[in-house]
Amino acid sequence: MLASASDTATASAGPLVPAPFRLLAKRRETADTWTLELEPRHGTPLEFAPGQFTMISRGGCGEVPISISGDPDEPERLVQTVRAVGLATSALCEAEPGEVLSVRGPFGTAWPLEEAEGADVVIVAGGIGLPPLRGAVLRMLAQRERYGRLVLLYGGRAPDQLLFGEQIQQWREQGLEVLITVDSAGPEWIGHVGVVTRLIGRAGLDASRVLAMTCGPEVMMRFVVATLADTGVQSDRIHVSIERNMQCGIGVCGHCQLGPVLVCRDGPVFRYSEVERWMRVREL
Amino acid sequence: MLTLAQEIAAAEVFAGLAPEYLDLITGCGQNVHFDAGVILQREGDPADVFYLIRRGSVALEVHHPGAEPIRILTEGPGEPVGWSWLFEPYRWHLDARTIQPCSLIALDGACLRGKCEQDPALGYELMRRFARCLVERLEATQFQLLDVYGNARVGV
Ligand SMILES: Cc1cc2nc3c(=O)[nH]c(=O)nc-3n(C[C@H](O)[C@H](O)[C@H](O)COP(=O)(O)OP(=O)(O)OC[C@H]3O[C@@H](n4cnc5c(N)ncnc54)[C@H](O)[C@@H]3O)c2cc1C
Ligand code: FES
Repeated sequence: MLASASDTATASAGPLVPAPFRLLAKRRETADTWTLELEPRHGTPLEFAPGQFTMISRGGCGEVPISISGDPDEPERLVQTVRAVGLATSALCEAEPGEVLSVRGPFGTAWPLEEAEGADVVIVAGGIGLPPLRGAVLRMLAQRERYGRLVLLYGGRAPDQLLFGEQIQQWREQGLEVLITVDSAGPEWIGHVGVVTRLIGRAGLDASRVLAMTCGPEVMMRFVVATLADTGVQSDRIHVSIERNMQCGIGVCGHCQLGPVLVCRDGPVFRYSEVERWMRVREL
Repeated sequence: MLTLAQEIAAAEVFAGLAPEYLDLITGCGQNVHFDAGVILQREGDPADVFYLIRRGSVALEVHHPGAEPIRILTEGPGEPVGWSWLFEPYRWHLDARTIQPCSLIALDGACLRGKCEQDPALGYELMRRFARCLVERLEATQFQLLDVYGNARVGV
């Protein structure tokens, strides 16, 4: 059972008080995306469940929700993969090793790894939607015998924008089936080209055994869910990670409301059947 | 290894067709093999042949002078390559290039078109099935045009 956001907040001072984390190392993943490795300056490691996020900031550049992309079995290092899209995320990507960043969390719900035991787990990730699933992949590979097929279907815009290339190769060797596609490519790319939903048909899935987890742009997830449903996967066996603008991260300010749920507190990982209705409302 | 007839019957685009139609389609097909990097058809070529992939994969590319071609779709085993043989003006819209050594079934589209003219029930079946491929392609193109991974706002 997952602890609530307020139980899991980093600092004993409370979930609204950020804790200082030192940037140990940063690795460039693509032109605009970096993986940051941090450690807490004081106190205990940040225990987290795959799928959870932190509220992180650098200086006065704004605090943003970022999923934890690290290994849940190595909580002494906080690993986060950030795509620079605006002020706060660019500031994070520009931070240099040795600098101290502010972190609150971890917050939110986790991927349903226990429920997935015995099932064929299909992970559908698009673009920057892979980092929030990385911890789940690492945990399932560490406990490989508990799961049926483990399949990663990953879509990106172009070959040079795919994340975790070398690591994906290692995951393959550890028993993860991986199909990757890009929206377009030059002649040097010999992999799949086309939308990520086409990989669902190519994966040869037995819908009755599938538990699916998907994360990526919301439009992509809508297409993914529709395609999984067409192949016979029930909507209560599909889990989605939803993004909404956030401020408090702990269910107080109401910024991240989606119908009756608060994404920071009740999500970001939801059973699709629980949010299906609200994800279809255009104004939300 | 499946026979030509079995391979055609197992392909999603032909699955469930009446046996006499499957025989007819098989009669229009022959096995062909290509190395990687071979251009099967070029944009604007008459679409008298289309393919069913047995092994390997084929890319559909847009070429523009002076630049590298852009790969916009790949097709793999069990999937057809080409629908223009069934729709006027019967010309290829894209370049088709093998990206691995490929075993394909080349189907005589011009001959099948003639059979469809003679037998509207066959024509309807094939139109229906290839129209579905077209709808899927259209949806995929819409998805690609949204550029969901590039345009951050779409994700929020
Ligand atoms: C639960 C959760 C987990 C997340 N995990 C990650 C993660 O692991 N890695 C990561 O890089 N990002 C992640 N995000 C997205 C990240 O929070 C936003 O990109 C960030 O808030 C943008 O802030 P900014 O100040 O840099 O950009 P802003 O100045 O706020 O916006 C700049 C541009 O980015 C766009 N933008 C704003 N918010 C988002 C968003 N949520 N997604 C995409 N584009 C956005 C804006 O439309 C604008 O065009 C997550 C979001 C949530 C809610
Ligand atoms: S971010 Fe404040 S309630 Fe969710």
